[in-house]
Amino acid sequence: MSTLTIPSPHELIAPAQRGERESMVLNMGPHHPSTHGVLRLVVDLDGETVVDVAPDVGFLHTGIEKTMESKTYQKAVVLTDRMDYLAPLSNNLSYVLAVEKLLECEVPERAQTARVLLTELTRIGSHLVWLGTHALDLAAMSVFLYAFREREQILDIFELVSGARMMTSYFRVGGLAYDLPADFIPTVQVFLDTFGQRIDEYEDLLTNNPLWLERTVGVGTITAADAIALGLTGANLRATGVPYDMRKMVPYIGYETYDFDVPVGKNGDIYDRYLVRIAELRQSRKIAYQALERLQQMPSGDYVTRDRKIAPPPKHEITHSMESLIHHFKLWTEGFKPPVGDAYSAVESPRGIHGTYIVSDGSPKPYRVHFRAPSFINLQALPHMARGRYLADLVALIASIDPVLGEVDR
Amino acid sequence: MGLEEKAGNLGFVTTTLETVVNWGRTNAMWPLTFGLACCAIEMMGAQASNYDLSRFGMEINRPSPRQADLLIVSGRLSRKMAPVVRRLYDQMSDPKWVIAMGDCASCGGVFNNYAIVQGVDEIIPVDVYVAGCPPRPEALIDGIMRLHAKVMQEKIGGKPHTHDEQIVVEQKDTGLIQVT
Repeated sequence: MSTLTIPSPHELIAPAQRGERESMVLNMGPHHPSTHGVLRLVVDLDGETVVDVAPDVGFLHTGIEKTMESKTYQKAVVLTDRMDYLAPLSNNLSYVLAVEKLLECEVPERAQTARVLLTELTRIGSHLVWLGTHALDLAAMSVFLYAFREREQILDIFELVSGARMMTSYFRVGGLAYDLPADFIPTVQVFLDTFGQRIDEYEDLLTNNPLWLERTVGVGTITAADAIALGLTGANLRATGVPYDMRKMVPYIGYETYDFDVPVGKNGDIYDRYLVRIAELRQSRKIAYQALERLQQMPSGDYVTRDRKIAPPPKHEITHSMESLIHHFKLWTEGFKPPVGDAYSAVESPRGIHGTYIVSDGSPKPYRVHFRAPSFINLQALPHMARGRYLADLVALIASIDPVLGEVDR
Repeated sequence: MGLEEKAGNLGFVTTTLETVVNWGRTNAMWPLTFGLACCAIEMMGAQASNYDLSRFGMEINRPSPRQADLLIVSGRLSRKMAPVVRRLYDQMSDPKWVIAMGDCASCGGVFNNYAIVQGVDEIIPVDVYVAGCPPRPEALIDGIMRLHAKVMQEKIGGKPHTHDEQIVVEQKDTGLIQVT
């Protein structure tokens, strides 16, 4: 592959300002409806053709990693929700798995199965926002309205289990925050039963639509070798034909026991990314069905580890047992102390490999937390894909990469 | 619409200019297509099929600040983004209103750190604060309704639009609703 340089905005602007080139420098964002947040792109244009693009990130920098250093391990879960705000539960999962690795903590089967089910629902919800906004960017308004209709059903399920629609913080170190409510299984069943048909509806609107094909087929092509060299993960990588999925490669929370396929594309263009994500919707539904079936077999109650040094005892115990009260008090005033060391965990979030690296110095607060944010790394492929294409394709490209700026900037 | 019944067959109605103008402003209030973070997703949810903000004459989002009346600051405002938001506000033409959507835009929320502006009212005047992290679409719609009620009280030809009166909207499920 050719060497890839990401020019700083100043380097791009300077030659045009000095009049050395005919090209025009266009500033796109941070306030631009199709940048999916507050991404700024400095675009070097020759007529309508993109000569170069420099993404300028950091407009949503929130200092999440630094803030975590001043929170105890269980309180930092709340911050992970707000990184990739389209897939809060995937972030929760990545973080709690790393802490559980540090603690060498056993998590009950029921909690793991609920985690599988809820992260797959998260994946569906996140892909629905991608689908709606991607189609909206290419002027297909109705898909957005359909996609958000189904997303509301998923948000209702999250509200049912945790009380919050988006920022659930439902996965805790050692298991779940509360047990699943009684009407959880029928609600999910209703959603999954109707959703298969809904995917067909989206496909009817887009998959063979000539306008959609015109804007997506052959646009933003990237080869498998380039995608690997750039560190792409998730649907962006799989669209090039590389079947790399953490759920298959390094299974976690029992994914090896589920029956599902990893959809891959061929050409690595926008259309293939679209097809891969649509196929992932179907696969996620398949996994969710299996998890739901297992949950039906399991008795309720065993939702969090019984190690009282890690997870607080249930409320009814606190009122009866002095020891439970002490555990509860110690956990929420001081927190638990993992051994000195470090741990890395990675999960397949809707956007790719989401990794968490935690360094522990033996205190109740993490010494350092770092996230491998898939959006941030995927976004770096944008200049590579956009060079030589028209400016209008840039809009389609941003949407097809599916970045979440909260995760890019953190 | 019931207007015929009220006016009978007289063919005219009487009202004040202020009422008509304010009525027009509330029923065609165009928000800026502008999202910052998580709250922007709930704002999209409010505009999508289930909550359907167009019931209140607000379905037309304008990407250009020149054509927008309402700035919904939806999400955390970083120090790098603050000058941009201030500039967007300055570019909007009068009369203009601002809703601080969510805890981060209202007061910094959970992010009390070096990166986040502790409330968007540090840089621009805010009319309505909507609490929640993120607020439900219902809470946002409630905030918008309160803004409409405020606009209906405004005077024409008096002092230019000021932000002396501020309305605080708490999320309904907390049971705290305070209007000042």
